[in-house]
Amino acid sequence: MSAQVTPSQTAGPFLHIGMLWPDGPTVVAADEPGAIWISGHIVDGAGEPVADGLVETWQADTQGRFASAEDPRGTTTDFRGWGRCETDAQGWWRIRTVKPGPVPGPHGSVQAPHIDVTVHARGLLRQLLTRIYFADESETNAADPVLAGLPGDAARRTLLAQPVEGGYHHEMMLQGDDATVFFDA
Amino acid sequence: MTDTTTGEGFALPSYVRKVGDPALATPGYGSTTYRAPNRLEILPHTLTEVTGPAFGEDRVKAGDADLTRQSTDEPLGERIIVHGRVIDGDGRPVPNTLVEVWQANAAGRYMHDGDRHDAPLDPNFSGAGRALTDAAGSYRFTTIKPGAYPWRNHPNAWRPAHIHFSVFGRAFVQRLITQMYFPGDPLFGQDPIFNSVRDERARQAMVSAFDLDETVAEWALAYRFDIVLRGRDAVVFEDDEEEQ
Repeated sequence: MSAQVTPSQTAGPFLHIGMLWPDGPTVVAADEPGAIWISGHIVDGAGEPVADGLVETWQADTQGRFASAEDPRGTTTDFRGWGRCETDAQGWWRIRTVKPGPVPGPHGSVQAPHIDVTVHARGLLRQLLTRIYFADESETNAADPVLAGLPGDAARRTLLAQPVEGGYHHEMMLQGDDATVFFDA
Repeated sequence: MTDTTTGEGFALPSYVRKVGDPALATPGYGSTTYRAPNRLEILPHTLTEVTGPAFGEDRVKAGDADLTRQSTDEPLGERIIVHGRVIDGDGRPVPNTLVEVWQANAAGRYMHDGDRHDAPLDPNFSGAGRALTDAAGSYRFTTIKPGAYPWRNHPNAWRPAHIHFSVFGRAFVQRLITQMYFPGDPLFGQDPIFNSVRDERARQAMVSAFDLDETVAEWALAYRFDIVLRGRDAVVFEDDEEEQ
């Protein structure tokens, strides 16, 4: 019998004590070619901002490569790929990063540029997992196997970050008719 | 196009579904009401999910694992050792992975602006610690036993004493945020967060064990907390034409 996997528990309202890093939001340096800000805004089912949460991001570099020993293609990059930012009093967060390249997907497919995003907060007994895609990648998005598996265009649209000056912005709704798609992985 | 998107036959692990996790919607825990999503879609484990960040020694300073020596004076309370191994569901150790902890002080008060509990802060205790697991997946903290504290979830609600743990693992889908509890806590029965894990065996996986062997005479008691991350299913191949 395999060992019981340790269950998740909420990070609670005081996660800042243990999880804040000064360089968490800066995945790349300001002078990195292609550096952009990706901002987000998180709203709960009562329309209130999630002001005590924390977002983590994981993504490939511009060539679709991960700085991880778990990448079976081998590691060809030292791109950190990981970001972390707490939400502010209005529920906003942001990271400075680069837009990832396409990444191979299941069965020979190609995944459109995307960023895995987790949310940790009071009231979340498990971390939430979603993905950010880019609204200006309509061609690659149309061929993306994960987006294709979602129930309809409205659901797909909830994952799209919209171009704004200096980067992209993503609105996240935890509940409601316009709720963001979250994943069980 | 680069060679990163097509034409490579490579094997990807798939991680076993977690059994025993709490339901996001847990009515007894009031904060879930407006925050728990109503539905989840299934995400296959692709390259993005089976890879994950790697952090090195540069992320951990000497002394980060000793929460009793972050100030000029020692914090008040019962000094304890908290140690264990990070392994995955297959029993493999997870070496060189970052473990972050945070907790209340001995009086049950967090060093945080949002904590209004009427209990004293301890200027010598931040409650934050960090460690990297060694080659065997082992970690070790020295800290102060946290106190229980009241919260306003329901009448006379108290959290059992706990230490928050954040563990990275090898893959983004192994990422774990949990809480370590202490054996025999009389507050377990009325705590909706602890009991959000419905399965008894799974709940017990969050409870540390008193560890007499690791106790340091004349100095500190010890608790052992082994952390088990998700293990792997059989390997699946991304490209059927190039089986290895």
